[in-house]
Order: sequence, then structure tokens, then C-alpha cells
Amino acid sequence: MQTRYSYGGDEHIFVEIDEEMSLEAFFKSLSIANAVRAMRIDGVTEVCPANGSFQVKFDPDRIKPDTLMAALKVLEASADKAEKRLDTRIVEIPVYYRDPWTTETLMRFRERHQDPEGTDLDYAARVNGYDTVEQFIHAHHASPWFVSMVGFVAGLPFLYQLVERSRQIQVPKYLRPRTDTPKLTIGHGGCFSCVYSVRGAGGYQMFGITPVPIYDPQQKVSYLREFMVFFRPGDIVKWKPIDHAEYDAIVADVAANRYEPRTAKVTFDLDAFNADIDGTNQRLMEALHGV
Amino acid sequence: MAFKVLNPGLLTTVQDLGRPGYFHLGIPVSGAMDRYALRAANLLVGNPEGAAALEAVFMGPKLEFEVDATVAVTGADLPARVDGEPHPAWTAFPVRAGQTLSFDYLKGGARAYIAISGGIDTPPALGSRSTYIIGALGGYHGRALAVGDVLPLGAPHAVQHGTEVPADLRRTPGHSAELRVLPGLYWRLMTEEAGGNFFADEWKVAPEADRMGYRFRGGRPITFKPREQPFGAGSDPSNIVDACYSYGSIQVPGGSEPIVLHRDAVSGGGYFTLGAVVSADMDLIGQMQPNTRVRFVKVDMEQALAARAAEAQRLARLREALS
Repeated sequence: MQTRYSYGGDEHIFVEIDEEMSLEAFFKSLSIANAVRAMRIDGVTEVCPANGSFQVKFDPDRIKPDTLMAALKVLEASADKAEKRLDTRIVEIPVYYRDPWTTETLMRFRERHQDPEGTDLDYAARVNGYDTVEQFIHAHHASPWFVSMVGFVAGLPFLYQLVERSRQIQVPKYLRPRTDTPKLTIGHGGCFSCVYSVRGAGGYQMFGITPVPIYDPQQKVSYLREFMVFFRPGDIVKWKPIDHAEYDAIVADVAANRYEPRTAKVTFDLDAFNADIDGTNQRLMEALHGV
Repeated sequence: MAFKVLNPGLLTTVQDLGRPGYFHLGIPVSGAMDRYALRAANLLVGNPEGAAALEAVFMGPKLEFEVDATVAVTGADLPARVDGEPHPAWTAFPVRAGQTLSFDYLKGGARAYIAISGGIDTPPALGSRSTYIIGALGGYHGRALAVGDVLPLGAPHAVQHGTEVPADLRRTPGHSAELRVLPGLYWRLMTEEAGGNFFADEWKVAPEADRMGYRFRGGRPITFKPREQPFGAGSDPSNIVDACYSYGSIQVPGGSEPIVLHRDAVSGGGYFTLGAVVSADMDLIGQMQPNTRVRFVKVDMEQALAARAAEAQRLARLREALS
């Protein structure tokens, strides 16, 4: 990993831990970003962690750019020694794969797609070497995913699959972005899945939809009353496949404020994960289901 | 204390100086695209500089006042009328209860700021009244104004009608502009030739120019140094592993049309960025119409900070003139 520092205009410093994505790069990036926040440096106004990089916004009238740059480089040295453990939570997100709404949308934008004859799932299954869409869908929800970034638009999580790199799902984005994506679509581009928090433009392949709101500016949804954005970097997500009837039931429960996503507190240790991926995921699932 | 929207214009939103602090969750700062113009309009009507006002794009709204108020219009050249009587821009003028504020056609610039004494008193969201339309957050129910909306006003301070911004402190938008750019971020992914062309070519503002970002056309395509794409980045040479974006940063999806991110920026994404427009020139972008001719001018950090200091001085003179 080769860390790279750059100014983004006169108000940002951008730090790229590694140009390729890995959990190692994510942990180091989050660790330094958290350390910057904890230092409460006068003039630093925002700290934004991303997948394998982070950005610091600052007020150059309060702190000189080169002073801040030097301070960040000092922090990098201590981040290398930091423990790669994260106290976090695992959340179960139900997904209605091959739902009618994303299917209708993907048909409308077929001329922007690599494979105009099939669906996004047909294409993703094929380019990842799966014989059937069912096998591909199973691979998508069988293992947990890690929220490595929240952003793009309000509350949108980027998720990184917790399996060996050789098993990670990778799919190119649309040739040209769509101008429309249904709210709460489960998308995938490159090695990242995402949940589209709001309706709008998008370039990720569409696999399904969740009935669980993850952004609520009105703060009426029971579990979003404290804060309007559900996900935080470091959250772990387990997709749960559901059918149309279960989708409708959860939509009704959310509307009646009877729904809470299934959640459990967990500790994620990167070294333990790398030593035994299946065993670590098994323990995460046991925690989620209270075994 | 309120006013009613008889006609919203094209895209009129409530904006203040924005909601910093939530970009790490994808919620951008929002707020006036031309902050200087917003500050000037507020100071003219006796409001705090950061009070909420209306930002009207290309076309003015038609508003009926339920209360006596003082109004000022700054930014784009969008001539105001009260019950048909013209009033000069960058100047405080009275509107009485029952009167209608309307606007002639746009003569220059892109965004007019309409400040009303007392400020617009919609409920703040995450500390700001700015409208972030994509996230349905802030402003008037998280959206642009529509016919029949009634917007509340705060309590006004005493103010002198006829107060005006001195001519040398008004920024009047033109048909061409220079935007100063600090190269950086993923600059290294481009060929040297492409870097030179970017600053040498003349660009034009494309029709896709909004609060999220301004798109430009007309320059030569960006070419990239050959490299093996890093894991997770995606297959196009303009792709990177999704990272944070700076306000003002310039991305060039597919190498064809540069996009400068503005106040409603997406907070991150998978396209390379070649640097960022300096903070001092962000207001200027908000006043550029489609087809405005633009040149990007390369600066270093020292020049960027000098430009920032010059803007701060201009603002200090404005405050002094209107105090």
C-alpha cells in the first residue's frame, strides 16, 4: 500500500491509502480519519472516510494547508500500529431480488446496457461465471458485506463483500448512467454493492429492492427518529432474500412503525477474518440470530 | 408574516449559507451557489448575512406579500417590479402588504437572490434552511417552490430603504469567465498532453449545469496514461475506487466532458478528478449561463490563497459599506 496525499483546491486534503480496494486499506483509512476527528484540530471542519481513502475539509483562514498536511502525515505513522478491530453492528436487510420495479426500470434503459437482450442479473451472473441467476443471487446474499463508505447522495452505503477476493462479485457499471433508479434499489458496480437511498440517476447494475427505508429526512420512521441516515462506515450487512408477499408485509409494518431491522452488536477483527473467513462469517451470523 | 407564491418561476428554492458537517454521510453543504450575492442581499434588508432567502434560476418568481417588507435582489440581472413599478437591483426597496413582486426577463447571470426583511422562516433541518432537493431536505418541504405555497417570514430589523451596494462591489456576470484551478487529486492519471490541453482549450458551459455540478463542452478529450485498473475501480480508464469528492473538484467521466461539483455535490464516486476550482471562484460558477465561454487557469496553492484573501477583502468592504 502506498499512501498518496493531495490538496483538493484550497479547502480539502485528500488522502488515498491505496489505489486498489481492500479491507486493509479501508481499516487504515478509517483509523486515520477517526484519529483526525478525535484530535479536534482547529480549522478542520469535516472528515469524510471512503473505501480506501479519506478527505479532510478545512478552513485555510484558520489552519495553513501545509501545517495540516504535516499533521496528517504524522498520524499515518501511528495508524500502522493501530489494532484492526472494530466494535460495530450487523444488520439484516431483506431484499426482494428480481422485483417488478427494478425490472421495469432496467427495461427502460436497455440501450445503455452491455447486454440489451437480458436483465442486469442475467448479465452479472454470466460475467461472474454462474450457470444460473439463482446461483448468483445465492452468492450475493450468502456472506455478509461491510459498509466501507456512506455517500454519493444522502445516506447511500457502499458495501464490500466479506469473502476471498477470488469469490468477490465484480460487475461493470452501465455503459451510460441511467437517469432513474427506484428508491431502495440494491445495486452493484465494480466490487461494490449499494442501496440507493433516494430515487435518481445511477450507473450500478440493479439486482433487487429492499422494503427497509435507510434515509428519512422527515425522521418519521421509528428507527430513524434519532438521525435521518441509517448506515455508518463499519456497519456489517447480511442480505436476506424475501418474496413479494414478505416485501408487502414489511412495507406495511414500516408504514405502521412496527418494523425494526434485525441488528446485533459485534466486534470485527481484520486479522481474525483473514485467518479464517468462513469461521468469522459464521460467528457473525450466530451473533445476528442470537445463537 | 408571510408571502404567497403566485408563480414559482423556473426553479426557485430557499437557500442560506448551507449545512456543513454531514458530507461524510452524503449530505452536501447546499446553500446559495453565489454566496457573496446572498450575503449582499441580506445585508441590504437588515438581515444577518446567512439568513434564508430565495435563489431563483433564470426566471423570477411572482410573490404576493401579506405584510410590509423590505426586499433586495442581487446576483443575476433580473429586473424587479412591485405592482409593475421597476426597482433597481443591489438596492433595498419596500413592498407593502397586498403588493406583488414580479420580475422581467433575465438580462445576465444565472441566479438571482431575493432577500426579504426578517428572512424566510421555514424550519431548519440539520442547522440550515437550505433546500437539498435530491435528499428532500430543508427549505420548503425539501423541494422547489410551487404555486400556492405560503412561506413564513421572521421578525424584521429596522432598515433604510434605498440603501445600495456601491457599483464597484457588485459582481455583474459576463459572457466569458476564467476559473482558477489547483491541479491535484488524480491529475497523475492523465497524459501530460491532456493536462496541457485542458488549460489551453476553450470550454463552454453545457445545458447540464445545476446545483450539483456544472458540465463543460468544447475542449479536446482527456487521454489517460496506460495502466492496469486497480481492483475495485471498474474498467474505464477514468474510473477509480469510489472516493470522496472535493467541492469544486473536476471529474471527467469517460474523458469527454469535465464536471465541476458545486454546493449540492455528490460526496463521492468512481470517477477520477484532475484538481479543483479554487474556493474564491465558486460563486462565479453559480452565475454562468449555458454557453458561457470558460477557460481554466492553472494556479498553485499560494495563488489560490491570495485569491481567497482578495475575496475576503471584498466581503469586508461590502460589510463596511452596508453597516
